[in-house]
Amino acid sequence: MPKKKGVPLIFERSVPGRRGYRLPKLDVPEVPVDELIPAEHLREKPAELPEVSEVEVMRHYTQLSRLNHGVDVGFYPLGSCTMKYNPRVNEDVAALPGLSTIHPYQPESSVQGALELMYNLGQHLAEISGLAAATLQPAAGAHGELTGLLVIKAYHKQRGEEHRTEIIIPDSAHGTNPASVAMVGYDVVEVPSDERGGVDVEALKRAVGPKTAGLMLTNPNTLGLFDENICDITAMVRQAGGLLYYDGANANAILGIVRPGDMGFDIVHYNLHKTFSTPHGGGGPGSGPIVVTEELAPFLPGPVVAKEGDRFFFTQPEKSIGRVQAFYGNFSVLVKAYAYILSHGSAGLREVSEVAVLNANYMMRRLQDVYYLPYDRACKHEFVLSGKWQKQYGVRTLDIAKRLLDYGVHAPTVYFPLNVEEALMIEPTETEPKSAIDEFIEAMRQIAQEAKEDPEQLKKAPQLTPVGRLDEAKAARRPVLRWQKTE
Amino acid sequence: MSKKYLYTKEHEWVVVKGEIVQVGISDYAQDELGDVVFVDLPEVGDQVEEGEGFAVVESVKAVSDIYAPVSGEITAVNEALEDSPELINESPLEEGWIVEIKIDGSAQIGDLMNQQEYEEFLKEV
Repeated sequence: MPKKKGVPLIFERSVPGRRGYRLPKLDVPEVPVDELIPAEHLREKPAELPEVSEVEVMRHYTQLSRLNHGVDVGFYPLGSCTMKYNPRVNEDVAALPGLSTIHPYQPESSVQGALELMYNLGQHLAEISGLAAATLQPAAGAHGELTGLLVIKAYHKQRGEEHRTEIIIPDSAHGTNPASVAMVGYDVVEVPSDERGGVDVEALKRAVGPKTAGLMLTNPNTLGLFDENICDITAMVRQAGGLLYYDGANANAILGIVRPGDMGFDIVHYNLHKTFSTPHGGGGPGSGPIVVTEELAPFLPGPVVAKEGDRFFFTQPEKSIGRVQAFYGNFSVLVKAYAYILSHGSAGLREVSEVAVLNANYMMRRLQDVYYLPYDRACKHEFVLSGKWQKQYGVRTLDIAKRLLDYGVHAPTVYFPLNVEEALMIEPTETEPKSAIDEFIEAMRQIAQEAKEDPEQLKKAPQLTPVGRLDEAKAARRPVLRWQKTE
Repeated sequence: MSKKYLYTKEHEWVVVKGEIVQVGISDYAQDELGDVVFVDLPEVGDQVEEGEGFAVVESVKAVSDIYAPVSGEITAVNEALEDSPELINESPLEEGWIVEIKIDGSAQIGDLMNQQEYEEFLKEV
């Protein structure tokens, strides 16, 4: 009999008494558990765990993993996320015993290599960003944002300018920007985009003032467009006494080509799990170091690694805002990013960005006759199409995204940025071969054709995936978050 | 007599009943948002300012503020939305109403569009 799609839950495989282990015979006197542990800490009845053999556990999770889509399985053009391939050499290096078996409480003299690595990584990030000093503590991009904003706050406080409480953010920003601003107790001032997709400079002029604490900007922005007025923008904010924060989420577009420090920024965060090829998702874990100017270096979270002669040691910056993470950040992630930077070298990193930008432009130009392109200018590492032409057939961007799953690729980011109707945000990255890019273009073109000829079919997509279209509204309205036994 | 709906540029609708206005979101707005999964309602007695967000509608696609068309005090909220946010999709103009606001003595309702003007406006967006 043919198997139905999907995999049963591990609880459904359970057979009473089945085990995956055999314990040796007890060679000490047995003591009842309630004599050892007070009754209030004991369960009233045994936990309902699945009873399965080892091979069943192995098959269950292996089968589940085969239903997953990842960058090791196929194309993953999820805009703004930079789902590039993660080279295996990074993993080899991070697994070296000298790096993977050390303990954060070891004496500094016994982990000089690890300290040197962190010191050098900070230096490399400073060089790449055109700034002076780094902290490697933040555990993700948004954590970097929070850290950067705390540095901004500490800077203004020290200058007796606590009346500066506003952070300016363009309407195309990542949602984490306003969230981070709210978290440090600042107010968000939103500025609109102009017709070329950049910051509306006139609106910015009106927004800056004596209350301006800073501006947060992603450049290239979420439309994948480089802001042509960037130097005017940063100068305007600086003149008003504000600091400039560069959200490095889109740094994959500019490595070795332009530096945020040269654009006039004071603080940058990098998502090592985007730009520097450390794993995403499934908990990553992520890493979001920030790099700052000489002037802001004393405010960085500590400890940071310093160097004297040949010796590396931890030190607390003079006016440090304190820790933002236990120990020194996600160390193994730092190792992987360091391996990536060294294996590419400066010319290689520049090529990363050049190819990422080339791939995105090639794809954009080959799709703009079948999907509406709201901002028709050279893009950087990603571009945004709109599903609005398909709307006349009753097909929405969500249907296009779902149909792409049937073609074996991950859907792009959809309905973001918010300033584009029915947005499809596509980021191919530099690691895809041309054949994969052409296959995606072909799939998108076929879907555009299907939208015209057979829209009903699109609304039923996906049909070739392990499960069909999920009821997202029901999942959000009435979530069932864990297995429940049905009697 | 059928109710007279007025609309804001942010796609809220308003029905004026003396000094009370009932507020919801338009059919176009609910269609653009997609399935609504959560509505964050204000409390009865809250003061709202014209043009400021007073409620939040979360759909499978996005989280959107609902802006007050007039300054005043919240006199009623549609508690049915707490358990059944889908009412906004199913019946945006009737059962999916969001709040009622008692207009402040001195406040004026801003420039609103009538049905025909709103339909014209939708052709441009």
